[in-house]
Amino acid sequence: MKVKEIIGQITNDIMTNDPMTKEGLSRVDGRLKVTGQAKYSAEYKVKDLVYGVLVGSTIAKGTIKSIDTKKAEAAPGVLSVLTCFNAPKIPGYQTDTPSPKGPLKIFYNDQVYFNGQPIALVVADTFERALFAASRVSAVYESGPHQTNLKDNISTAVAPGRGKDFVKGVEDTWNTAPVKIQQEYTIPTEVHNPMELHATIARWDADDKITVYTKTQGVKSTQRSIAQAFKLPPENVQVTAPFVGGAFGAALRTWPHEIAAVLAAKVTGKPVKLVLSRADMFTSVGYRPYTWQKVSIGANPDGKLFGITHEATGQSSVYEDFTEGVVNISQLMYASPNINTRYKIVSLNVNTPTPMRGPGEATGAFALESAMDELSYQLNIDPIDFRMRNYAETDPGNDKPYSSKYLSDAYKIGAEKIGWSNRNQKPGAVTENGWLAGYGMAAGMFGAHRSSATVLARMMADGTLVLQTAVTDIGPGTGTAMVSIASEVMGIPAEKIKFDMGDSSLPPSPTQGGSQITSTVGSAVHDACVELKEKFKSMAGNTDASNYTQILKQQNLDKLEVTTSSKGGAEQGKYAMYSWSVHFMKVLVHPTTGVVKINKAISVADAGLIISPKTARSQMIGGTIMGIGMALTEEAIIDHRYGRLVNNNFADYHVPVQADIPQVEAYFVNKPDTILNPIGAKGMGEIATIGVAAAVANAVYNATGKRVRDLPITPDKLV
Amino acid sequence: MKAFQYTRATTQQSAIDAIAKPGTKIIAGGTNLIDLMKRGVIAPDKLVDINQLPLNSISVNKLGHLHIGALALNSAVAEANLVKDLQPLLAMALNAGASPQLRNMATVGGNMMQRTRCAYFYDTTMPCNKREPGSGCGAIGGYSRMHAIFGASDKCIAVHPSDMCVALAALDATVTVSGRKGQRLIPFTEFHRLPGEHPEMDNTLAPGELITGISIPHNNFAKNSYYLKIRDRQSYAFALTSVAAALEISNGTIKQARLAMGGVAHKPWRLFDAEKALVGKPATEESFKQVAEIAMQGAKAYEYNKFKLKLAPATLVEALKHAAGLV
Ligand SMILES: Cc1cc2nc3c(=O)[nH]c(=O)nc-3n(C[C@H](O)[C@H](O)[C@H](O)COP(=O)(O)OP(=O)(O)OC[C@H]3O[C@@H](n4cnc5c(N)ncnc54)[C@H](O)[C@@H]3O)c2cc1C
Ligand code: SF4
Repeated sequence: MKVKEIIGQITNDIMTNDPMTKEGLSRVDGRLKVTGQAKYSAEYKVKDLVYGVLVGSTIAKGTIKSIDTKKAEAAPGVLSVLTCFNAPKIPGYQTDTPSPKGPLKIFYNDQVYFNGQPIALVVADTFERALFAASRVSAVYESGPHQTNLKDNISTAVAPGRGKDFVKGVEDTWNTAPVKIQQEYTIPTEVHNPMELHATIARWDADDKITVYTKTQGVKSTQRSIAQAFKLPPENVQVTAPFVGGAFGAALRTWPHEIAAVLAAKVTGKPVKLVLSRADMFTSVGYRPYTWQKVSIGANPDGKLFGITHEATGQSSVYEDFTEGVVNISQLMYASPNINTRYKIVSLNVNTPTPMRGPGEATGAFALESAMDELSYQLNIDPIDFRMRNYAETDPGNDKPYSSKYLSDAYKIGAEKIGWSNRNQKPGAVTENGWLAGYGMAAGMFGAHRSSATVLARMMADGTLVLQTAVTDIGPGTGTAMVSIASEVMGIPAEKIKFDMGDSSLPPSPTQGGSQITSTVGSAVHDACVELKEKFKSMAGNTDASNYTQILKQQNLDKLEVTTSSKGGAEQGKYAMYSWSVHFMKVLVHPTTGVVKINKAISVADAGLIISPKTARSQMIGGTIMGIGMALTEEAIIDHRYGRLVNNNFADYHVPVQADIPQVEAYFVNKPDTILNPIGAKGMGEIATIGVAAAVANAVYNATGKRVRDLPITPDKLV
Repeated sequence: MKAFQYTRATTQQSAIDAIAKPGTKIIAGGTNLIDLMKRGVIAPDKLVDINQLPLNSISVNKLGHLHIGALALNSAVAEANLVKDLQPLLAMALNAGASPQLRNMATVGGNMMQRTRCAYFYDTTMPCNKREPGSGCGAIGGYSRMHAIFGASDKCIAVHPSDMCVALAALDATVTVSGRKGQRLIPFTEFHRLPGEHPEMDNTLAPGELITGISIPHNNFAKNSYYLKIRDRQSYAFALTSVAAALEISNGTIKQARLAMGGVAHKPWRLFDAEKALVGKPATEESFKQVAEIAMQGAKAYEYNKFKLKLAPATLVEALKHAAGLV
C-alpha cells in the first residue's frame, strides 16, 4: 500500500474515537500535589528524627584498609558513623551458601566495587551536621585496576543465563539478501533522575517492628525485602508511600541505602531520615546501561525482509548480573523469515543498572528502528511503507495471534498529524529559514501484561465508595484511572470515590512497573466493583439496585464490602499481547553549528481503551520528552582513568528543558483489547518512550544526510 | 560545608575592611559561591554579604557611557531599557546564561567572578591545579570536551563560563574596583587572565579589592549586534562555543567590528585580529568566513574538544550573519 493511500484511509472512526475529545477526569490528587499537601517520603514529621548522610568511595576497585571516623564522631551532633568495620551484621545478608553474585550488601565487607559506593553512613541530629561530619570521614584503600569502559572490555562479554540466543529460521542469513545493511549503535548510560530524590525514614516501633516511609514503586516488595534483610515477619514491616515523585524504574527494588537507614535507626535507637543527594542518585539507584549494538538486516528489492540479526552487549556491575530485553524487539516487531539475536553483558566497576522506562526495548528500538530507516533509504521506499510491507499479522516469534494490534492505525494517525506528506525522501534537500528540515518516524512495542491484584471495595452508608489496594502511583495517575473505572462500573460520580493506596497493610497489588498497573489493578477494581454491585443486587429485592445508600439503610448496615482478587487466565498462553506506539518527529538542524531543534513531535499509541484520557495524554507526552532526552541530551560520563563520573549533577547532566521541547502531541487509537482483561486497556508507560530516540535520529538523517549512531545527538556530532 | 561566620556590610568601606582579612569572602547572589562551599571546593571562615550596598544602579552619562553597578542583578540588567537600547549585545548575552531563577539572584560582580565549571575543579577527589596548585590537571588527558582551544597552558585548560563577560569583553567595558589603596580601573579584556603557571588565579583583581561596577563606552553597535551561544540543550547549559558580535555598518561596508568568543579560553576571548580584518569589508558571508579563519589561528584542541575547531568558526560566521542582518 502506498503511503498516500495509508494516510487517506484515516477513518472518521479513529478521529472520533480520539479520547481527547472526550471529557476525562482531572487528576484526583492534582490539588494535593500543586498545593504541596501531597506528602512524599522525606516529608513525614517523625518525632526525634535524626539524619543520615552517605559517604562514597573515591576509588573504583580495591580494598578498604581503614576508615578514619574519629573526626566525624567528634563533630557536633554526631550520633553514629557506620562502616563495614563497625556496622552490626544484617541478618538477611548472612547466608550459608553465599551466592557469588547479587545485590550490593551495604557495609558487608571491605571490598570496593565501584566509585561512589557507600562506605560510611554518618548520623547526626541535624542534616547539616551530618553533612559536615560526612566530609570529615576519610578512608585508606588498597586500590586495584578497575575497568569501567565497555568498549575496551567487550571481549570479556558473556551471555547471561537469562539472555539465551534466539534463532528463527536460519541464523545470520541476512547477509545473503540482495539489499542489506549492517551498522553499530551505542547508547550511553542514562540516569532516571526523577525530580524527587530517593528518601527513606525508618523508625523501629519495637524490637521486631518497624515503620518505613520510602520512595518505592512497590510497598509490598519493599516490605518483603526489608523483612528478609532483618529477618522479621513481613507484617511487622509497615511501608508507606502514597505519593512518589517520579521513579521510571529507579524505585523498583530496595536499595542498599534503604537497608542502611533501617540499620542506622536500630543502632541509634532513633528514627533516621536518609535523603540521597543528586550526586548519589547517579550511583545508588541504577540507570539505563551503556549498550553497544549491531543490527544487520537483509531485504529483497521489493522491501520484504529476509533476515534480521540483532546483537547487543550491555554493561553490568562486577557484583551482580543485570540483563534486559535489548534484542527482544527484533524478535517481535517485523515479519521476517529469519531472525536471530544475541545478548551479552560485560562486568565493570560500576554500580548495577536497573530497568529504566522502556527497559531494554528503548535501547533496542533505537538500533532496530534506526537500521530499518537506513535500509528504507537504500531500498528507496518510504519508511512507513517499508514497515507496512513487513507488518506482522501474528507474533513473528511463535505465530500466536495478537490479542489486539492497531499499529497500522497509529501509523496513519501519526503520519497525518505530523504532515508526513511534506517529507522529502531525499535527505538534506529541504531548508526552512536557513535550517535543514527533516521528518522521521519509528515504532515501539512492549508486552501488555496483566498479573494479579486484590482490591477491597467498600460502600459506606453515606454513599462514599472506598477502594483499597497496596499499589503505588509513581506519576501516571493511577488513582485517577482507578476512580474512573469504579465510577463507570458503579454509576456514581468520581467525587464519591476514595482510593487508598501506597500502604503495605492494604490488599496486595503488584509493584508499579512494566506498564501493567492499569491492566492489572484496573481489572481488579473493575471486578471488585462488579462483585459489590452483585451483592447489592442480591439484597435489593425489587427496589432499585443502584440506590446503594437506600439498600444499606433498609438492611440496617453501615457499609457493604467485598475483597476481590483478579488475574489473567487461559488467554495468557494463547495470545501475543502487546501495546504499540509510533513516534513522528519533525526536526530542524542548523547546517553549520549542528544544533538540532525538535519542531514537532507526535506520538500515537495503541494502548487499548483509554481509561483516563487526561492522565494518559500527560503520561504519553512525558514519555516522549524522556525519549527526546535520550536522543539529544542525556549522557552520564565516566572518566575511565578514575572510573568516576564527571557530570553527576543537573548542570552538566542535561535532562531536556522547556526550550528543547516543542508542542508534543499525543494521540490514541483507543480501541479496546477484548482479550487481555475486562477493561480493554493495555499498558502505556513504556511505549511512550520506546522508539522516540530512533524517530529523532531518523529525522536528523532526513534533514542532513548524517546518520548519528551514537547517542546523544549533540551539536559536535553534526558540525 | 565548614561552619562560617556571616555578616552584612552596610558601607563600601566596611566591606573592603572585612575582605582584607584572609579567609573572608564576599557573597552577592551566592549562586556560585554556595555551590562551591557545598562541594568543599572553597571553605571560607567568614562571608560578607554586600547586597545592602548601593551598587545596583544602571545609568547613562552625558557621553552616552553606560554604567552598571556590581550588584545589579543579571535579570535587571538584561531587562533594563537603557541596556536593551544602548547595548543590546549585553542583554542578549545575559539572557543566554543560566536560568531565569539564577539570573534573578546573580549579580554583575558575581558573574565576573564565577569560577570555571571544569568537573575536576568541582570534585575534590580529583587533581586540579586551579583548586589545589601542584596537584595536576585532571582535564588534560581526561574529559576535556568543555575545555579551551585558545590560550591554555600545560597547567590548566579550563574555560571561563560566563556569557555576560563575553559581551563585556567585546564592548570595551571597563571594570571599577575599590580596595584599601583606593579605586582603580581595569580594562575588561585585562580583568580575566590566562592560566599560565598560575591557574589558581582567575583574574587580576587584587586580594581585598571589591568590584563596584562596570562601564561601557558609547558605541554605534546597537543596530548590528548579536550573541550566539551553541550548547548541548536549548537553555540552561554552558556554552560549547559562543560569540559576541558587534558591527557598525554603513552602506553595506563594515566601519567597525567587535568580536569575542566564549567557551574557548580561560578568559573571554577577544578577537582583535579578526576585528581589524573586517573593517572596510562588505558585510557578507564571504567576508565573515575569511575572518573566521583569522580568528582560529593558534587554536589547539584536546582529546574531546576537537569539534570546537569547527564549531567555533561556524558560530562566529553565524553570529556575524545575524549581526549584519543576513539571517
Ligand atoms: C546551574 C547553573 C548554570 C549556570 N549557567 C550559566 C550560563 O549558562 N552562563 C553564565 O554566564 N553563567 C551561568 N551560571 C553562573 C551564574 O551566572 C553565576 O553563578 C552568577 O553570575 C554568580 O553571581 P552571584 O552574584 O550569585 O555570585 P556569588 O556566588 O555571590 O559570588 C561569586 C564569586 O564572586 C565574588 N564576588 C561577588 N560579588 C563581588 C564583587 N562585587 N566584588 C568582588 N568579588 C565579588 C564572590 O566572593 C564569589 O567568589 C550558572 C550557574 C549555575 C548554578
Ligand atoms: S583544566 Fe584547570 S580547572 Fe580543570 S582540572 Fe585542569 S587545572 Fe583544574
